[in-house]
Amino acid sequence: MSAASSGGRARPSLPARIGLHTLLLLFSTLMLAPFGVMLLVSLVPLPAFLARDFSPAHYSLQNYARTFAAVPFGLYYANSTLVAVSVTVLQILISSLAAFAFARLRFRGRDLIFLFYLATLMIPFPVTLIPNFLIVKGLGWYDSYLALIVPGLFSVFSTFLLRQYYRGIPIDFDEAARMDGASSLRIWGQIIVPLSGPVLATLSIFVFQGAWNDFLWPLVVTTSEQVRTIPLGLASFVGQYSTAWDMLMAGSVIALLPVLLIYLVGQKWFVQGIALSGMGGR
Amino acid sequence: MTRFPANDSSASARRRWRPDQQWEGYLFLLPSFLGFFVFVVLAVLMSLGISFSVWGLTGFRQWAGLLNYQQLMRDPVFWQAFWNTAFYIVTLVPLQLALGLTMAVGLNQAIRGVLFYRLVYFMPVVTTIVAGAIVFRLLLSTQGAVNVLLATASGFFEVPFSAPNWLGSSQFSKVSVVLLTLWKNTGFTMVVYLAALQGVPRELYDAAHADGASSWQRFRHVTLPLISPTTFFLFIFQMIGAFQLFTEPFVMTEGGPANSSLAVVQYIYLTAFRDIRMDKAAAMAWVLFVFIFAFTLLQNRLQKRWVYYESE
Repeated sequence: MSAASSGGRARPSLPARIGLHTLLLLFSTLMLAPFGVMLLVSLVPLPAFLARDFSPAHYSLQNYARTFAAVPFGLYYANSTLVAVSVTVLQILISSLAAFAFARLRFRGRDLIFLFYLATLMIPFPVTLIPNFLIVKGLGWYDSYLALIVPGLFSVFSTFLLRQYYRGIPIDFDEAARMDGASSLRIWGQIIVPLSGPVLATLSIFVFQGAWNDFLWPLVVTTSEQVRTIPLGLASFVGQYSTAWDMLMAGSVIALLPVLLIYLVGQKWFVQGIALSGMGGR
Repeated sequence: MTRFPANDSSASARRRWRPDQQWEGYLFLLPSFLGFFVFVVLAVLMSLGISFSVWGLTGFRQWAGLLNYQQLMRDPVFWQAFWNTAFYIVTLVPLQLALGLTMAVGLNQAIRGVLFYRLVYFMPVVTTIVAGAIVFRLLLSTQGAVNVLLATASGFFEVPFSAPNWLGSSQFSKVSVVLLTLWKNTGFTMVVYLAALQGVPRELYDAAHADGASSWQRFRHVTLPLISPTTFFLFIFQMIGAFQLFTEPFVMTEGGPANSSLAVVQYIYLTAFRDIRMDKAAAMAWVLFVFIFAFTLLQNRLQKRWVYYESE
């Protein structure tokens, strides 16, 4: 990305570069400061923090040990992982099948159904929040993994995005495969899906991140600790220890660490996923 | 099986539906459609029905016409949440766009460290908002780092300063929510803008340069029109996002003090799940929807005046 962005472009003059870096570093400081404070406060004992004494002599992982002892973050991790992975894999599978039908098969009512799908993209989440809560409760799923996972498996947005991508693949591929006697399922699994690697990777990251950080829906459909996800666990922790800054900051670091690590490794895909969602909205 | 007549490749023939793909199409669609039907179509119809009925703890009691809507219009807390949300929209949308564009333009230059900056700016986007809210509560507390910095700065410039109570006063609580949301979301705007900037053809800059346009003129008359479709998308996207703000005020200020930072979606949540008034909450969700729809439609009309599409 950076190679493309700076490819062949004239380098700004030295004063311009200095000004630019000053501005960009200022933004960086503002963006990083909350993380820095989080880490710093998590490393010093509370009395030292209250005395605003941040000398490295105090640094220890004691707060982390106490936080882990007080709050089952391991359980929250496991729950968040289960929910986010299931939602990501199954949502993309289901959307991909539907997108294949919309983009590559010809059947009666196809365009009408697709239009209907698109029309609902406008409906904001709060409108369906209450009925979905009632539906989930009626199905007997309240306070279970099913409540957290199943409603998240159907995404008009993912279907739309994949359909746009699938339409860009030459239809001749399908026709040639059909000549050789391949079924639609086989064309989907052996031609279309393998050809959409990049879009699947970016979409996965996008969906995973959304599912991992989701707050309102888990708040509404769960109550017990057994199925609590990271954001909810952290929020209930705030409720119990509203001024225990040492533990709150350690808890925040614990909650952020996995997703930040994934981000640092798969940075490119995150950024492309967002840029892609921008394109999808056009 | 003569499924594909070899000579049948005219455009109209390709567009027609195929009998052999009829059931296959439905089968591929089935899992998605099932979920779509239950969690979207059925849910929307239910929501509409609930908003026009008296809905108690045990479910439907009787039809109520516009009763819930009338109650809502007379509810001062709803109006407070409404105006708070309006404040969030008019502050967040322009600030996110301006800051995101500034960052993106800065990163679209031929300088070192672009990858580092982008990594940093985008970091808050992937973080759990709850953790962000916790650290902002510390930073914005009366004795917190922000007030300490402000006091130091005012001492340096010798201007009088009284430390604002960011979270505990009606005056500043909304500003605190705005600060947290800006920190969290601006990186998103930046990334989308950066992708758009990289799509602007270099020849246009070279041509403008040859015509003697200054760098500001090039930005104003080449870059801005060419990325206006992205600005339009981001405007709509961030506006809808600000309409539906929930977690930020919920965790950081709990809507307080005295509902001064309460957002509409937060009030929907409280009405439905604290007051157990599903009917009134459903009505509120529909009012919100109508507002979002109307504003999106309005922007869509207005876009002709300022959004530039290269080829239509």
